[in-house]
Amino acid sequence: MNIFALVGRAVLTFLAMAGRLGIFTGRAVTHCVSPPIYWSLLLKQMFRIGWLSLPVVGLTAFFTGGVLALQIYIGSYRYGAEAFVPQVVALGICRELGPVIAGLMFAGRVAAAIAAEIGTMRVTEQIDALTTLATNPFKYLVAPRMLAAVITMPLLVGVADIIGIFGGYSVSTSSLGFNGYVYLNNSVNFLTNQDVFSGLIKAAAFGFIVSLMGCYHGFNSKGGAQGVGAATTDAVTSSMILILAANYILTSLLFET
Amino acid sequence: MTDATPKVELRGVKKRFGSKVVLDGVDLKIDRAESLVVIGGSGTGKSVMIKCVLGILRPEEGEIFVDGEEVTKLRGRARDEYLKKFSMLFQGAALFDSLTVWENVAFGLIQGRGMNRKQARDIAIEKLAKVGLGADVALLSPAELSGGMQKRVGLARAIASDPQIIFFDEPTTGLDPIMADVINDLIVSSVEGMGITTLSITHDMASARKISNRIAMLYKGKIIWDGPTKKIDASGNEYVDQFIHGRAVGPIKMEVRA
Repeated sequence: MNIFALVGRAVLTFLAMAGRLGIFTGRAVTHCVSPPIYWSLLLKQMFRIGWLSLPVVGLTAFFTGGVLALQIYIGSYRYGAEAFVPQVVALGICRELGPVIAGLMFAGRVAAAIAAEIGTMRVTEQIDALTTLATNPFKYLVAPRMLAAVITMPLLVGVADIIGIFGGYSVSTSSLGFNGYVYLNNSVNFLTNQDVFSGLIKAAAFGFIVSLMGCYHGFNSKGGAQGVGAATTDAVTSSMILILAANYILTSLLFET
Repeated sequence: MTDATPKVELRGVKKRFGSKVVLDGVDLKIDRAESLVVIGGSGTGKSVMIKCVLGILRPEEGEIFVDGEEVTKLRGRARDEYLKKFSMLFQGAALFDSLTVWENVAFGLIQGRGMNRKQARDIAIEKLAKVGLGADVALLSPAELSGGMQKRVGLARAIASDPQIIFFDEPTTGLDPIMADVINDLIVSSVEGMGITTLSITHDMASARKISNRIAMLYKGKIIWDGPTKKIDASGNEYVDQFIHGRAVGPIKMEVRA
């Protein structure tokens, strides 16, 4: 086949997909911010998406904080700078690893659940049924999930920050010989508002990405069980890639010394 | 709007998916309180036609009138209002599995019309009784019901909001012959005397004869025959004859690739 035709087809496919996603995002956001908002559905989704993600996010944050303390200790020990372990752990968790690790876990749990649920509703015609019952599927299915993710993700990351620092604290005090009071004092005094808020802003953005990908791929799933499976996989992988890409962009934007 | 205005009218409706033409200029009129059944083989675009009327799919060409109003360009709130005239019984019932049976039946009343739950629940129980289901079923989840029971719940949901037009998508597919006949009877009894217009699509001829007073046949994206149900056996159309007698040999060739 002609090389120009191949390139052209790839570009057109990409543009068509970007356009579909753009239109979907526009409609989703419009329904998130315009009345009516189904409050009971929003609360239910905040519970399912946010509260039930707490154990997974908490555990990963704890271990990440612990590992971070060990590795930073090894590195800084070579320069005799091991006293800086608490500060660097706190900074790493709040600015970077808290939001990113929580975001990736959130993608695995929430994007998959949303895509599978909405995808199954699509292939069993439940979404069409919503329309025939004078209920907008965007209002009823998409808006509560996206709002819930954007609201709960910063809360989750706030908790993850605390647990992550506590993970570093546990390792440092139990096996690296740090004094507990000094460790916590150094961590807390060192952090600035900017350190914490930049992480929480990232968290909200990641919540948006994860729920958008879950809803988009679920809505566009085709066929039967296989189609829903593919939609779920796409939702998880695309939200993970987008999280890491968005993380770089947000970090450069929020970069401030 | 006069009585002479058809309730639903399709004029030259065309719908393609990629290069595949599904509807190739469908013209169809359904009068008020009429029960029309559209027959046709699998994959001839019957479901697509209904989804075009509901605005779930947008036709590329042609016009669709409901009560004399062109509806394919409706958006937003006007479309929501328009959709309140309709309800639909889906092929697989399409019940919401996260809700109980009564919440399914009352869904259009609570979400669509903002009725309070207590009142909607009473109406749901009443509609369930109309399709032969007791109040004990109301609290079950749809997954606990057999296929026939799910269809009944779907029917109760379709009639719950007192629609003007009901679509039935293959109402008897996947049911045993007796349950199929029960559903046919329920369809007839739940719409008769209410002035409801119905459009059904099916390939089950027993069902088509029972629930319709007019039949149209869709073949290759066009309506090729349209007439009163009692004249279907004397249609003089060899495509219709082949279909209603279920013969493999005839002018209709089965396309292996859809």
